Amino acid sequence: MLILRILYRNAFRNKLRTGLTVLGITVAILAFGLLRTLVDAWYAGVEAASAVRLVTRNSISLVFPLPIAYKDKIRQVPGVKVVSWGNWFGGIYIEEKNFFPNFAVEPRSYLELYPEYILSDDQRLAFYRDRRGFVAGKKIAGKFGWKIGNTVTLKGTIYPGDWDFVLRGIYRGKDDTIDETQFFFHWDYLNETMKKTVPRRADQVGFYLVGVQSPDLATIVAVSIDRLFKNSLAETLTETEKAFNLGFVAMTEAIVTAIQIVSLLVIVIIMAVVANTMAMTTRERIGEYAILKTLGFGRVPIISLIFGESLVITILGCLVGIALTFPAVTIVHHELGTYFPIFKVERETLYLDFAAALVVAITSAIIPTRRAIRIRIAEGLRRIG
Amino acid sequence: MAEKDPIVEVRNLHKSYRRGNYIVPVLENVSFDIQDGEFLALMGPSGSGKSTLLNLIAGIDVADRGTIKVGGVDITTLDETELAAWRATHVGFIFQFYNLIPVLTAFENVALPLHLTGLSRAEQREHVQMTLRLVNLSHRMSHYPKELSGGEQQRVAIARAIVTDPTILVADEPTGDLDRVSAGEVLDLMERLNRELGRTIIMVTHDPRAAQHARVLRHLDKGILNNAHPQNSL
Repeated sequence: MLILRILYRNAFRNKLRTGLTVLGITVAILAFGLLRTLVDAWYAGVEAASAVRLVTRNSISLVFPLPIAYKDKIRQVPGVKVVSWGNWFGGIYIEEKNFFPNFAVEPRSYLELYPEYILSDDQRLAFYRDRRGFVAGKKIAGKFGWKIGNTVTLKGTIYPGDWDFVLRGIYRGKDDTIDETQFFFHWDYLNETMKKTVPRRADQVGFYLVGVQSPDLATIVAVSIDRLFKNSLAETLTETEKAFNLGFVAMTEAIVTAIQIVSLLVIVIIMAVVANTMAMTTRERIGEYAILKTLGFGRVPIISLIFGESLVITILGCLVGIALTFPAVTIVHHELGTYFPIFKVERETLYLDFAAALVVAITSAIIPTRRAIRIRIAEGLRRIG
Repeated sequence: MAEKDPIVEVRNLHKSYRRGNYIVPVLENVSFDIQDGEFLALMGPSGSGKSTLLNLIAGIDVADRGTIKVGGVDITTLDETELAAWRATHVGFIFQFYNLIPVLTAFENVALPLHLTGLSRAEQREHVQMTLRLVNLSHRMSHYPKELSGGEQQRVAIARAIVTDPTILVADEPTGDLDRVSAGEVLDLMERLNRELGRTIIMVTHDPRAAQHARVLRHLDKGILNNAHPQNSL
């Protein structure tokens, strides 16, 4: 008990040094937590992917379209339950900075494939009935203040011109891992407009979304679909939604790797800072450790004192860092929400924060402890006075 | 009537230190006894080896050769852990710079050695209060060392040294950092501990006035111990 008291009081003996060290740890844990959350945000689409959804696209590249006629052939593949299709629209709302993902989709099959988008029956029906209707996620509708019945104009980039849509539904995600920033409208509206304006671009889709009857059929269905269009003018590549999303992440893998390296470097730097603090405190208290040894205290209390002090300082910084991570994530999400629709602190990030703090505390205390327990008592006592 | 066994028996003690490439002998073939209840003052010039001898008797340094028996136990045969346990129960330490733990109050500093005993918390409290009363510091028990004068700090150190009722008390220049009045108070206290409570005290000093408080005086010079001189002052 008395050892605990010494430990605690020692930790706050030099308030400035302890305060600065705690501040350093706080900043490091905050940075580490933010960077980990950023990496998680990068993989959010992958994590939210369903095991019963497949994505079929042109095998050359996503940029190249597929004929709409494929839909009937895909439907006939054994194991296929639902087929939907769509195009990336890439429209801009007022100005480029207002980015959000927008697609032209086949409404009924699309919403059947995405039961995680919760939409009231009234709004769903209103959307089905209005060819110019669209559905937006709760976050994006809230951000721009859209109300049901409002007309929203998107400036086409891939499909030129101003496109007017009427908001018929606002969906919310079934949980907080679901992206609520999507905007989708009738594929027929896009296709009919193309037939009138650029006929050569009509009857083409960017991707097919295929719902399979069970996850274990996913591989065989994917192979069967691709085999169906082998040696055709537009060969397909079918993969699970997770693999498809991972493909996007892979394009930016170098950035993710760089972020992960930086997050580890932050921990290494703070380890050096805490180790320096512990080395200084141990050097200052070497005489006191010698007194404890003189009085008959063995190695365990000395080790407990140094490791304990390192733990107290580090865990304190860690707790403050974690407490600050939540508001910091909210601020970052507010600023970058368009690019990272799912940006939240995962439980694993908190575990990693604690693990990093423990590693820092223990590693920083090893050398000072070794020095303190190895010094001869007479030598230690000479440092006093 | 048979003569009592000495409480400390030092035989053929050798100790040297390495200074770079040189071996510097500090103690050479030192042999002497200390009787139970004796108050011995060890005097000598700086570097004469008196503190080294004290450290060896107290078990905080290790001899090159020779034996040291304290209360019948040859401490030169004990390993580090055994020696720590032995010190906890058999030796009370008084240092020149008091060596109190600055983050503990006077009460907590005195209680520190009792944590290595099997005493209950209530018994520990009782022991500490009684010991602080003995050194006239009952009113200062909740004060931190920096809130006490040098003399008071040394009295707390003495209380810490005697609280476990050790076999011997070792004091290394206990008045070296004190003014004359405080030094007098500390020496009077040590004298009382010896005379009234029968404590065996070994004190290293180079202050002749401090040495006068001891019953026996020995001089150490260049690692060689001179014969004992009983003092008449007591």
